[in-house]
Amino acid sequence: MKPNKNGYYGKFGGAYIPEMLYPNVKNLNENYLKIINSDSFQKDFKSLLKDYVGRPSPLYFAERLSKKYDTQVYLKREDLNHTGAHKINNTIGQILLAQELGKKRIIAETGAGQHGVATATVCALMGLECIVYMGEVDIERQAPNVARMKMLGAEVRPAKSGSRTLKDATNEAIRDWIAHPIDTHYIIGSVVGPHPYPDMVALFQSVISEEMKWQLQEHVGRENPDAIIACVGGGSNAAGAFYHYLEDEKVRLIAVEAAGLGIDSGESAATSVLGSEGVIHGSRTLLMQTDDGQIIEPYSISAGLDYPGIGPLHAHLIKTERAEVFSATDQEALQAGYLLSKIEGIIPALESAHALAALEMAKFRKDDVVVVNLSGRGDKDLATYIAHLP
Amino acid sequence: MKRLKKIFNQKPKNILNIYFTAGYPNRDDLVEIGLALEKNGVDILEIGIPYSDPLADGPTIQASSQQALKNGMNVRLLFTQVAELRKQSEIPIILMGNFNQVMQYGENQFFRKCAEVGVDGVILPDMPTYVYEEQFKELFEELDLGITFLVAPQTEPERLKKMDELTRGFVYVVSSAAITGGTGGVSDSQEAYFKRITGYDWHHPTLIGFGIKDHQSFAKACAYANGAIIGSAFIRALEGSTNLGQTINEFVGSIKKEKK
Ligand SMILES: Cc1ncc(COP(=O)(O)O)c(C=O)c1O
Repeated sequence: MKPNKNGYYGKFGGAYIPEMLYPNVKNLNENYLKIINSDSFQKDFKSLLKDYVGRPSPLYFAERLSKKYDTQVYLKREDLNHTGAHKINNTIGQILLAQELGKKRIIAETGAGQHGVATATVCALMGLECIVYMGEVDIERQAPNVARMKMLGAEVRPAKSGSRTLKDATNEAIRDWIAHPIDTHYIIGSVVGPHPYPDMVALFQSVISEEMKWQLQEHVGRENPDAIIACVGGGSNAAGAFYHYLEDEKVRLIAVEAAGLGIDSGESAATSVLGSEGVIHGSRTLLMQTDDGQIIEPYSISAGLDYPGIGPLHAHLIKTERAEVFSATDQEALQAGYLLSKIEGIIPALESAHALAALEMAKFRKDDVVVVNLSGRGDKDLATYIAHLP
Repeated sequence: MKRLKKIFNQKPKNILNIYFTAGYPNRDDLVEIGLALEKNGVDILEIGIPYSDPLADGPTIQASSQQALKNGMNVRLLFTQVAELRKQSEIPIILMGNFNQVMQYGENQFFRKCAEVGVDGVILPDMPTYVYEEQFKELFEELDLGITFLVAPQTEPERLKKMDELTRGFVYVVSSAAITGGTGGVSDSQEAYFKRITGYDWHHPTLIGFGIKDHQSFAKACAYANGAIIGSAFIRALEGSTNLGQTINEFVGSIKKEKK
């Protein structure tokens, strides 16, 4: 699914940016497809994904989980990628693009720290300066990733405004970009931001569903599953997992948002339920806001889902009812995380645990093939898991 | 927009446009601040609608917005206060905000309300030009409401032309690649950019803003444009003021360097 020439999926998307960013965004817009579709880019991108990231990531039939939910559950193992999440698919793509554009300085925002680590990693790989903005709250709850970024040579700059989480880190990164229009490329970590970012990040993540097609062919003799489940913060892992199935209406697309302490608790990040149409970080989409248009500070136990907006592609998929939405509370995600650890020996990222929690909520037939996109591993979340052990 | 036209006709040079955030330092200070600025010879008021997540604003204006929101400022109240100010003053008033706030009010209602309460123009830095052209241009003409587009150091010549064509009122020349609130004054490379910008054959007056903070930088900006916009430096002056009238008198005096 491609956005139109102004970058809209239906009525969502576009580029709502101050003029200071216009030349940069225009430059990106005019060049990204040409660069990405070139043979040399594709060759570099594919070889790095294979030899450096370790792709293809396995598609694993989770037998005991399948038995528990009485359906056929497959896990797309993005947690086994280098650096531990799907985020690196995008940063590999964007760092190659940044080099092609002649940029020398890289900035990024991060919530859980996975995107920050993935960005710091590719900057180390390519020898580029790297500055990662991260909310003060997240710096505290994702300490291992902060240490990793520093070891990889990145500078981690605390975002001290607002809720001091992902939204504020993104604000700071955009402000930095405004102040460095010539030498800097902003590696956005999800399918959010002004056009062309949502399309570009979705393209880089689409490798997930590209692999799923032939892997499912091998496992079950058909390319298409009956359902795909993915968590949605901004929505990049979901975009990647859905991408090659968007046009095939028979495949159920299930997006799982973070309900935090509960949808109606006032402490939530379930954007598509609680949000309304507006503009956030340069994109017209769904976001959590007051009647007066002030952005509401979200909450989730999972730093990667703690975001008041959602990518415009997902806003479109949800509003047109192409995608179903569930929301999982902190508790439901934790329980799903403990369960996967116990019965499959896999500790999932708290973000991915939200996707797993939907197995409790959605109805599937016994012979349905259900792919859960396991977007990341749980090492970074151990302290949180342990603190909440039942 | 007639008030805007009038001021540029009367005074083609040294226009002083002062920005302040509505609801700051106290919720209901808008009328008093507006009148005091007018009394001290300020030519245009640019009133900021406080926003939780402004992308192009530096720490000073961010903090004033946070305080204003805490004080209970909102868009509806702002319109009431502007209407009150308009009853007592003929100074041109520009509203500056983020497109999301306009969307939530309802775009058409918002612009109609602006015209109704006596706002002369708006600045919405994150509203794409095609959105304006396709959806609102006719309404602005009907309402005779001004709209200011921004140009920045990296803005290309054909885009300058477009911004000039679309603008109603004055063009906002952003002084450097930066967010608001810079304290560096005006550097040599900025002067080169100002020169380039003045070389362009504008159909509208231009005002330079971002980082203009004192008499010296104001004078420099005025050498290249019809005037300048001062924001963060004024907010910093308001911070902790116990006598708004006196603070404003001193601040504007320091910019104009008039002998008292
Ligand atoms: C493991 C993992 N999954 C999911 C997300 C959420 O991002 P997105 O919705 O873009 O996939 C994050 C973000 O940090 C993450 O680290």
